Amino acid sequence: MEAVSETMRTVPLNWYLYLSTVLFSIGVAGVLLRRNAIVIFMSIELMLNSVNLLLAAFSAYSNNPTGQVFVFFIMVVAAAEVAVGLAILVMIYRNSKTTDINSLNNLKW
Amino acid sequence: MSQYVFLFLSLLSVLCALSVIFAKNPIHSVLFLILCFFSIAGHYVLLNAQFLAIVHIIVYSGAIMVLFLFTVMLLNLNSTTEAHKPIAVKFAAVLSGGALMLVLLASFKTAEVHVATGAADMKMGLVKNLGQVLFKEFVLPFEISSILFIAAMVGAVILAKKELN
Repeated sequence: MEAVSETMRTVPLNWYLYLSTVLFSIGVAGVLLRRNAIVIFMSIELMLNSVNLLLAAFSAYSNNPTGQVFVFFIMVVAAAEVAVGLAILVMIYRNSKTTDINSLNNLKW
Repeated sequence: MSQYVFLFLSLLSVLCALSVIFAKNPIHSVLFLILCFFSIAGHYVLLNAQFLAIVHIIVYSGAIMVLFLFTVMLLNLNSTTEAHKPIAVKFAAVLSGGALMLVLLASFKTAEVHVATGAADMKMGLVKNLGQVLFKEFVLPFEISSILFIAAMVGAVILAKKELN
């Protein structure tokens, strides 16, 4: 417990801001970079996690447990999103035998 | 001491995140993402959010990543079936991601963040305290999220079911 209070004295809150920014940008770059829909999903998870980390950091530094409850809800939404998204992906694969997003252009105008 | 732990965990999570998006094989991406989630759980422990750390490991590394792993194996994805974008598009993607990071970092550099004064509540991240908050102030969102969950489960089953005809 003493080590925990030491963290807040020695690590500034800005460091968590920077770390979350870097992780979020890596997630954005992953969405733009890859063509496999599953890897794009993983990049979205990365972005959600960077936001979660920042919420937890703000909650801890401002001494307010509400932020941690928010993280809890974001995890619930992320789990639901992944379950539905992966089911859609499996169905897409069954119909078109690929998860390449470039071949999924049926809705393109 | 704890700033070294912070730096180590940050380095680990950033490197793993980079490996996720640059790995050729989707299975490797999944495994690196699990490692990244573990390092983020370490950050939660550092931040005195022990309950969150445990839930994070159980939900993300335990449930979500197993789902990902099973899907990758079911679809039989590997580096030979992996499609790649043209090199110019890849370069543009990395460049725009880097530009976004630069803009955000530059704006956060001058941001003034509010830090609570006074002694930190050491018991804040424990189950007892969070449960009190969750079931007193946030009981309605909690119940609604359970409805969301059941809808998502039913939707996933219906979507993934083979059509009988």
